[in-house]
Amino acid sequence: MPHPETWLKVMPDGLWCEPGGFFIDPVNPVERAVITHAHADHARPGNGAVLASAETLAIMDVRMGEGRSGRTQQALAYGEILREGEVTLWLQPAGHVLGSAQVAMEYRGSRAVVSGDYKRVADPTCRPFEPIACDVFVTEATFGLPVFRHPPPAGEIARLLDSVRLFPERTHVIGCYALGKCQRLIRLLREAGYDGPLYLHGALLPVCRAYEAMGVPLGDLRPATVAAKAELVGAIVLAPPSAIADRWARRLADPVTCLASGWMRVRQRARAKGIELPLVISDHCDWDELCRTLVDVGAPEVWVTHGREEALIHAAEAQGRVGRALRLVGYGDEEEEDPGPGPSGDSVPHTTAPAGPGQSPGRAS
Amino acid sequence: MIAFAELLERLTLTPGRLAKVALLRRFFETEPDPDRGIGLAALTGELSFQTAKAGLIRGLAESRTDPVLFAWSYDYVGDLAETVALMWPERPTNAAPPLLAEVVAALATTPKPELPALVASWLDASPASVRFAILKLITGALRVGASVRLAKIALAELGGGTIAADDIEEVWHGLLPPYAELFAWVEGRGPRPDPADAPVFRPPMLAHPLEAPDLAALEFASFAAEWKWDGIRVQLVSTPGGRRLYSRGADDISAAFPEIVERMGFDAVLDGELLVLRDGEVAPFADLQQRLNRKAPTARMMGEFPVAVRLYDILFDRGDDVRPLPFTERRVRLEAFVTRERPDRMDLSEIVTAPSLAALSVLRDGARAASIEGLMLKRRDSPYLPGRPKGLWWKWKRDPLTIDAVLMYAQRGHGKRSSFYSDYTFGLWRETEAGVEELVPVGKAYSGFTDAELVQLDRWIRNNTTQRYGPVREVDHDPRSGIVLEIAFDAAQRSSRHKSGVALRFPRVARLRLDKRPEEADRLDGLMRTIV
Repeated sequence: MPHPETWLKVMPDGLWCEPGGFFIDPVNPVERAVITHAHADHARPGNGAVLASAETLAIMDVRMGEGRSGRTQQALAYGEILREGEVTLWLQPAGHVLGSAQVAMEYRGSRAVVSGDYKRVADPTCRPFEPIACDVFVTEATFGLPVFRHPPPAGEIARLLDSVRLFPERTHVIGCYALGKCQRLIRLLREAGYDGPLYLHGALLPVCRAYEAMGVPLGDLRPATVAAKAELVGAIVLAPPSAIADRWARRLADPVTCLASGWMRVRQRARAKGIELPLVISDHCDWDELCRTLVDVGAPEVWVTHGREEALIHAAEAQGRVGRALRLVGYGDEEEEDPGPGPSGDSVPHTTAPAGPGQSPGRAS
Repeated sequence: MIAFAELLERLTLTPGRLAKVALLRRFFETEPDPDRGIGLAALTGELSFQTAKAGLIRGLAESRTDPVLFAWSYDYVGDLAETVALMWPERPTNAAPPLLAEVVAALATTPKPELPALVASWLDASPASVRFAILKLITGALRVGASVRLAKIALAELGGGTIAADDIEEVWHGLLPPYAELFAWVEGRGPRPDPADAPVFRPPMLAHPLEAPDLAALEFASFAAEWKWDGIRVQLVSTPGGRRLYSRGADDISAAFPEIVERMGFDAVLDGELLVLRDGEVAPFADLQQRLNRKAPTARMMGEFPVAVRLYDILFDRGDDVRPLPFTERRVRLEAFVTRERPDRMDLSEIVTAPSLAALSVLRDGARAASIEGLMLKRRDSPYLPGRPKGLWWKWKRDPLTIDAVLMYAQRGHGKRSSFYSDYTFGLWRETEAGVEELVPVGKAYSGFTDAELVQLDRWIRNNTTQRYGPVREVDHDPRSGIVLEIAFDAAQRSSRHKSGVALRFPRVARLRLDKRPEEADRLDGLMRTIV
């Protein structure tokens, strides 16, 4: 039985399945790509043949524009088995966002699973993660430190609604990523009984429409950008993280600035970003979920693609597993993207990137 | 404890005053006794127990966590209590999180060796936010950015308009946690607590700035004038029940100025200005600042920065409430008090006399000492009223000094201003040893501009950024391109702590000088020459 490292290799363009002749989530355009999910750091434009779940392909079309997400597209349903040369391949739900999948591969009796980004807590907008027993489990470690434990999301939504009741004259604006987090927040709010209109920044609407078309009802959504200021008094507004404290937010009524992110667990990060109400809601595993998943998949060997790999490898070794840092460049937490220069005339060079979470101890970048 | 932990977190992150009051008010409305009272005491710094040291927290962490993971986590989070609160391994337990009052009571009575096990049992039963609050409480490091005053405003709101925050001030320092009688009073369930002889704080009388229209209407003969000194306003309270030195904001600062409290062997409540005084000369505010930064001074500090109080007014004279008397009668009482008691380290504020307002104005402009901010004008018939009643007391500050400085760096503001670059670092020109002209930062200004100017500056800064350092933008400041700001300030003082060697008092933007190029801005040596 060949060890997975002889057939699943780290190349400059990404993780390469040699006998299958395809990359998984390549960071540069390649001939043949398997895409785990539609976040921009995993699904990039310009590939040749692209294989992914139907939902991921649909979202890629919405975000990149039709035709840019790959010359040819092939949809593969969860659990449906495909043979590429000597490799058997299938997709399994990853629980990260709608359409997100783990990629399971078998070659001459050895099995590797690439999780992509994933989480274990229930998410009303996508199917839950299903562990697959394997020889090598390839995992992320975005929140790979024991200080990251995401509390139950319903409790965070209750804190938000409590604040809306306490400050009825203010707008609550929640920074959230356009794909996944936004729709999950909306569903969580609906499940908590909030059925009034929700106001959205223009950048969030297209993916919401795509979710609805794929059977995730989101209720009364209205564009925030054209809403009258009076209408936004007491309202909940969702916007990309880069917009909540910038010029766009000046239209809001004395806003309570909220951010929904796993990073909000650490107070100093909330303070540094000027967040008044941090909501610890993440689409990534927290520390306990990462450690539990290693046990659930039972892989003797764990490869860590990105995030805080040292700590997770340390924990894997304590469980008696072999850990390996792949140090893949180009992946990050989608919540951490630097918005960079804004749209209106901010064309100056900036030489100092904002300090990221992974300044220490060592992050793959 | 859950409500208290949530309150702490929100107060820490909420910039707005009104929002903080709303959060506090809700806490007082919904939490039961005695928890709300203990919470009030914790927020206002009134709790005292043997606080546990960081070593206890470190020991707890070592007993429950992997040392490698702990080290990485601490390195990432940067705060010991927060690291332990976040990474504490949760154990399923049937116990509910402890009540705040329970934690505080146990901390006061538990022998030290039993503390770690007790704290661990609390942490086991609590979610992360409560763990954080417990750890901060036991290390005595609750920093929440809520002033005591805001808590009193929130308490007053419980009374539905029948009780003012100033009414609470007058009884506050006679009360003890958990403040059951205070809550009963503000909720209309009990009588006003009687402070009796306790050395309570009395809300001070404040002045309005004297602007042109009021100046024109001023009846000069009805007013007495005094110098306005650049120290801090204090209230000296000495009663049979005790002695206290209070700041204007009702903080008890007795421990920071023992040499004053020692000399308060009289029965009176006095209003005055705390100053550093050397051979009768008032030192710059920066000297007093050295003392204000300390909770308890060393003998060396007391020698180097000797303080005294310049007395402005008398509120209680041997138990008599003289606040209803007119200013002139209180002044007679104050002079009699000084003659009678001859208190050491205290002197009388001089009454400045002049035949006319114009003559007074000349005196005001002639006083260039940095320690004088201007004049106070007090109506001779004014009673001593709490707050800022209109028309009775005026502060007539000297015209500010100005410089033309170059905008060098900008940072975003807070709260409502968080989307604007509204904090400006400005600089003046000097020649380096190599003979090159350079700009050196001399101060920061956050105010003085109009809303329209703010929008204009914000847009310019975004379009002319040359470097970013985290939240700070460096902007174009070449001799020929950049923004010149006219900066107004009350005084310039030498400072060894600033690169430029100078510190400005109350710098603000007087106007934008878009007609000037940076090379036409002022030079540092010119500013240094104005320092008296």
